[in-house]
Amino acid sequence: MKFVCFHLMPYRPLDLEAAKNYRSAWVVLPNSFYDPEKGAAEYDSYLDQLTYAEELGFDAIGVNEHHQTAYGLMPAPNLIASALIQRTQKVQIAVLGRALPLVSNPINIAEEFAMLDVLSKGRLIAGFVRGIGAEYHSTGVNPAFSHERFHEAHDLIVKAWTTPGPFEFEGDHFRLRYVNLWPRPYQKPHPPVWIPSMGSRETVVWASAPERKYPFMVTFSPESAVVRYHNMYREAAQAHGYTASGGQLGWATPIYVAESDERARDEAKAGIESLFNNFLAMPWEMLLPPGYTSNASMKATMKLRPALGAWPRRQTIDELIASGTIVVGSPATVREKIERIREQTGFDILIALLQFGVLPDHLARRNMEMFAGEVMPKLR
Amino acid sequence: MVEGADRLVTRGVSVRVRRAGAGASVLFLHGARGWPAWLPFFERLSQRYALTVPEHPCFGGSDDPPWLRDVADLAMYYLDVLDQNFSAPVHVIGHSLGGWTATEAAVRNSSRLASLTLLAPAGIRIKGIPPGDNFIWSPEEAVRATFHDQDLAEARLKEIPASEADLDIDLQNKLAGVKFGWAPRWFNPNLAKWLHRITVPTQIIWGRDDSLLPSAYAKLWSEHVPGAKISIIEACGHSPHIEHADRVADEVLDFLAGGRA
Repeated sequence: MKFVCFHLMPYRPLDLEAAKNYRSAWVVLPNSFYDPEKGAAEYDSYLDQLTYAEELGFDAIGVNEHHQTAYGLMPAPNLIASALIQRTQKVQIAVLGRALPLVSNPINIAEEFAMLDVLSKGRLIAGFVRGIGAEYHSTGVNPAFSHERFHEAHDLIVKAWTTPGPFEFEGDHFRLRYVNLWPRPYQKPHPPVWIPSMGSRETVVWASAPERKYPFMVTFSPESAVVRYHNMYREAAQAHGYTASGGQLGWATPIYVAESDERARDEAKAGIESLFNNFLAMPWEMLLPPGYTSNASMKATMKLRPALGAWPRRQTIDELIASGTIVVGSPATVREKIERIREQTGFDILIALLQFGVLPDHLARRNMEMFAGEVMPKLR
Repeated sequence: MVEGADRLVTRGVSVRVRRAGAGASVLFLHGARGWPAWLPFFERLSQRYALTVPEHPCFGGSDDPPWLRDVADLAMYYLDVLDQNFSAPVHVIGHSLGGWTATEAAVRNSSRLASLTLLAPAGIRIKGIPPGDNFIWSPEEAVRATFHDQDLAEARLKEIPASEADLDIDLQNKLAGVKFGWAPRWFNPNLAKWLHRITVPTQIIWGRDDSLLPSAYAKLWSEHVPGAKISIIEACGHSPHIEHADRVADEVLDFLAGGRA
């Protein structure tokens, strides 16, 4: 199993009570809640944590992109990736990912990823996402064309990485007379592409196609949904005429490990409940604007994902543990829960969110140590 | 009043349609919330005119042709509808998105229109006076924002929960609304400069308290559309033909009969 130490970089100093007066911590939460000096300290802590992950033996360290939210302070994740490249030697750097439909010229993403790949001498994992629904509110991009823009931007980026330039790209959304990437990526034929997703059949079928075989990462889902999406990928691969490997299946989840189940629960409680109830919660209108997924997928997601969009209903840590949306407990408990899903789906990439919500540095670091020392070795 | 719904097929695109009445033709183009039920306003119009109320392509139970991607396409589609389904020029009434669509059609070619009536039309905006963000509103907020009279909103909110089929229609309507209205938000930056191309009698009716499309926009329309008659309805939200059906029907019927300013 491959282990990614993943970070969202939430803004922990947020006044959680005052922020409840707003529709969500996304889009509409005034940025007067943000203090740049406290924000600077947050970046220091988080970069230190991710750098420490290399020392602890993780295979990769991961960041992602979110806009106009206290949930994550990385509207430009490649800036963080660039800093991490300078602080590390061997660990892979996973940007999970850049939101392709949200940009007006996807070549910018192709160029930046190529730069990071060269700067790191081939340590980059390039994640492609569509951004979450709230980001169609914050960028103004029309969600009705999200899938089209994603696919077209993807085709353009991969072609720019692999086809000698200059060439002309003639799309419906993006039209470029000259595509001629300088620099080109370091890895051949290009950096590995991973697809994190909240799960939609369209994305699964596309990612699993034989010409791509992109690893698919299910994010923040109850155990039943993780199993369902992994197996949907396996079935899609079979329909494409091949058997998917475990390396094509990933699971991204908050994890907290302590000496006992009880201690783990108590220590993780504030962080987990703030993640789901304060930082992530948003109404369906923000999470799933029409067109972001097909109508059928939207209905399925609303049924499968009570943890998302549950606003204003609060979720307790016990409910989230019970549904298998998070993994919290002693090393043995955490190992068993991960093994239980692996037995059902054979997934081989675990993206562990080891700092979450307001979880303070000292607990996040001890969690990382416990996970790396007591859980990782036995799952490898 | 008509009970059943018929289909209107134009160049291979099939949409749901309701028709009632006899006389000169009136075509009503609905707003982004979808194909309305048979309204008292329609009943009034159909007593004197042959009223046609189609459901736009991309909405509800109508065809969703992949080539139809924006309001400009929808307007061209309606020019085809006017050409192929009506022998004489038609009085066109459009509400909100429907008003925008009718305007886009009229600036391209007014010759198939007898007159143009716009009820709280989308399509243009004034910098510094943004529309309400209906895409972020909850379903309850959206209903409340439609009406000035909150008793009407309360009544609407108490209606029985929709069936699964109604939910599917609602999802499709919301998708169509996003396709046409998300960006630029409910307007075409190039439309205002061509409004002088509307060469038929035009009437614009707006609710004073419209919280989606501010009634302040009416002024810009009056400045750009030659000879437009403007009526602002007091104590009225975004759907004047629903909230003040008789008053608006009186205005429209008077205008269509030639009593225009």
